[in-house]
Formats: sequence, structure tokens, C-alpha cells
Amino acid sequence: MKILVPVKRVVDPYAKVKPLPDGSGLDVAGVKFDVNPFDEIAVEEAVRMKERDPSVSVTVVSIGSGDCEEQLRKALAIGADEALLVETTDEMDSTVVAAELEAVVRQVGPDLVLMGKQATDDDCNQAGQMLAARLGWPQATFACKIETAQGSVRVTRETDNGEETLDVPLPAVVTTDLRLNEPRYIALPGIIKARSKPLSRQPRATTAAPKTRTIRLEPPPSRPPGRRVGSVDELVAALRERGAL
Amino acid sequence: MRLLTVCFDTAEVAQAGGFAAALGCEFDAVVVSGHPVADGLAEALRPLTEGYTHIAAVSSMKSKDLMARLAGLLDAAMVTDVVAVTSPSVFQRPMVAGSILATVETLCSPVVATFRPAGFKGSAGAGKTTELVAAAGRATLVSETVRGGSRPDLSQAKVVVSGGRPLGDAETFERVIGGLADKLGGAAGATRAAVDSGIAPNELQVGQTGKIVAPDLYIAAGISGSTQHMAGIKDSKLIVAINKDPDAPIFESADLGLVADLFEAIPELQSKL
Repeated sequence: MKILVPVKRVVDPYAKVKPLPDGSGLDVAGVKFDVNPFDEIAVEEAVRMKERDPSVSVTVVSIGSGDCEEQLRKALAIGADEALLVETTDEMDSTVVAAELEAVVRQVGPDLVLMGKQATDDDCNQAGQMLAARLGWPQATFACKIETAQGSVRVTRETDNGEETLDVPLPAVVTTDLRLNEPRYIALPGIIKARSKPLSRQPRATTAAPKTRTIRLEPPPSRPPGRRVGSVDELVAALRERGAL
Repeated sequence: MRLLTVCFDTAEVAQAGGFAAALGCEFDAVVVSGHPVADGLAEALRPLTEGYTHIAAVSSMKSKDLMARLAGLLDAAMVTDVVAVTSPSVFQRPMVAGSILATVETLCSPVVATFRPAGFKGSAGAGKTTELVAAAGRATLVSETVRGGSRPDLSQAKVVVSGGRPLGDAETFERVIGGLADKLGGAAGATRAAVDSGIAPNELQVGQTGKIVAPDLYIAAGISGSTQHMAGIKDSKLIVAINKDPDAPIFESADLGLVADLFEAIPELQSKL
């Protein structure tokens, strides 16, 4: 089985980011970049499948500037076999990403596309479903457990009020949620080995233009400061005063 | 301009009225019943969207699964988690775990959107309502676990009591947080840390990557107040924080803060209500 894992380079999800003063973008000065955590979970899951079944191969792809090599090398260090960088500095939204990924799928020919449910920078939660629609493949989003079977995957996914399990015939797109696995710590030998794994670069395959444009970024409105109460009695009184009980 | 809303229950039809008002148009609704699987449902919806400039649904895991696929089928522009409408092609939405508010312009039609109902008020009813029984897809449902019991739905509840990792284990969480929630007729919620450590089930997670809540009263017990958690509760009318750490960031956003050990304060609060 061939698995394709798209990985996105995002601002460090644990860094506190602010908009630029003119609102034209994120202030990323001095901020580190990393693999989108949901995509890292997808890479980890694909590599675990490969470790259980040596006939599985894992290709990772990133779309963006040459800097994305850093994230692709990390995915290779986790254990992916090869990497592809679709090099571009164009503005993209999820529709463009889905169109480019569709071209990559047609080129690489995976049975399964495994990717994060959303990127922690734009929080869109769109690209996987859009890719599945374009390919006409079934999908399972928010996966918290994946079991492989002959010609299908059995995916347990988180829902609004619990969980459900789907049988998804391959080829398919599966998007990963937080609790699918805990990505491994990458040891030095993995990092060294990743340097010699194949990484190829290619230009975009489509001329898809974004269908949305971000006009402005700003900090969210803040709540007015509240007050401290000294005891539970004071709390109950304050709640009654405000009609909250 | 014509708006079609995709709803999974009648409460969502009512919430769609608020979004329609913000958009400045009337709306029709498709009410989906049965157990939908995204690929079959998106195909079944596709012909029903003809002639609409906007297709929208209340933000939920179910709608995100479906609507982005529908947008892909329709080659539409899509905006996730809309919190405000500036014009029929300009929307506001949170990003980066709620630490940034983005203004996004859509450049083509149709526009597919999911919206957070807290920001929209209005009670107009739907024009035409179409019932759609979920069609089969290629992915098939094997089994389903629905939890929740007798408590109200988190995203609709008037009162939410949430707990964090200090609750320690599932039994204590249920006794302390669940107990107060029941006393107040509310829903129980949890932080991502509490869910990740197995203290609470995943569907109780409140925050940017979990449920977005907007109750009249939100009580946070043993919750430090991470950006991603606060992003999920900021539309609550009244936020109460109980935490023994006086420097916990949640006190900056809480309307009422009590520095106390939750294991003493919650039972005391429960007994005095």
C-alpha cells in the first residue's frame, strides 16, 4: 500500500503570534516554524503502518517555499520514505492546495491520503475534504483510530456527541485528529538518515487561483476585566445579583 | 442573493435565521435526517444547491466534514467558522487557535460557509424547507457510540461547568463537575488536557479544536485558560473561574474569579445553590 501524507509548514503552534501592525499578515519575526501538528500525527500513523507492514511505502509532500524542505526532512526523520516539494511562493487557499494535491495524487498514485484535519495557522479544516471531493474518493475526517484491511480502512472518528466507526474502501482520504497517536521523539540517527533520503522539487502543476483572500488580521476583541470574589458566599451573591442563577 | 442552509436538526434552522439576517436575505433550509456519511450526503445535496449564492451550516464536526466536501464538489469558495458578516462577500473568522481575527473576502460564487451561531441574532423562519434522508455513501457506518446521557448538548446549553486536569480521574470529574452541572441543569465540559489524559470523553472538549460554547453561565474549575480553550468560551455571557493558582491566565478573562481549591469550592457552591 502506498500512502501520501501532505505536510504543511506552519508557525510554531506553541508560540504566541500577533498580527503585523498594519494587519497585512502575521508577525513571524523570530518565530520558529514546524510541521502542522495534525500532519505530524498523520506522518506518525503512516510510519506505524509501514512498521507493521513492510510493503507499505510513505511519500510526504509539501506545497510552498523552499523553506518547506525543513518540514519534509522532519517527516523523513520520523520514517517516511521519500519527499516531494511543490515549490511556489503563490498565495494559496484550501481550494488551491486541494487542486495541487489532486495533481500530486495523480502523479504518485497512492491508495490512501492521510493528512491533518486542519492546519494550526489558518484553522480552516477544508483541504482534505476538498481533495476527496475532487478525486471522487470517500473520506473519513477526525480519525482517532485507523485499522487497515484488504482494500479498505476501518476508521473510528470523533463526532459531535461520541464516536463512530466507518468502513472506507480505498482509495480514500483520511484526516487525523489529536488523539490518533502521539508522534515519536526523533532520535539523532533518524535525523542523519533523513538527510540522504530522496527529496525532489517540482513546480506547481495547476494554475488554480485562490477563491478567498485575507484582507486583514487583527487581535480578537478582549473581554472587559472582571473582578475577584473572596469566598463561595460572595460568588453566590454575585451570581444572584447578575441573574445568573 | 439566495441562501440555502444545511441543518441537522430544527434548532439549527432557527440559528440559520440569524445568519440570514446578517447576510441580509431570506433563506431556505435542507433538514438532514438519518445517519449521513459525507460522500453520499454531499452528492445528494449537490443538485439542491443550484441557484443559491450562499450555502451555509452551523459549525460542528458534522458540518465541517460535509460542507468542505460540498465546496469541493461545487468548486466554491469556502469560509470556516464565520463569526461576523461584513457584506455578502466579506466575513470575519478566528484563526491561529482564536488568537487572530481574520477578515476574509470571497472571490467567486457560490460561497460555502460554516458559522458560529453565537454571533448571530434573528428569528426569521425558513422559506422553503426540504427534508433530506441521508443517502448511502461509499464509506459505510459500522458502529456508533453516542454519549451525553441526560445533560443538554454542550453547544446549546445555557449553563456549562468545565473542568481541567486537576480533576485527576474520570470518576472524580463526573462526581465534581458532573454533579455541579446537574445541579444547575447544565452541560459538563473539559479542557483538551483533561480529555487527552482520559479524565473526560473527547466530545466534552471545549476550545478552538473542540466545541465552541456560548452559555449564559460558564464555570471553569481548575482550568488555567490556554488561548485555545478561551477561544471556545469567549462568547459566554458570564465566565466564572475557580482556580487555586492566583496567577492563572483565566482570571484575566473571567467576569468573576475565585482563588480556591476546586475540591472545596465546588461542593460548597453546590450546597449553597
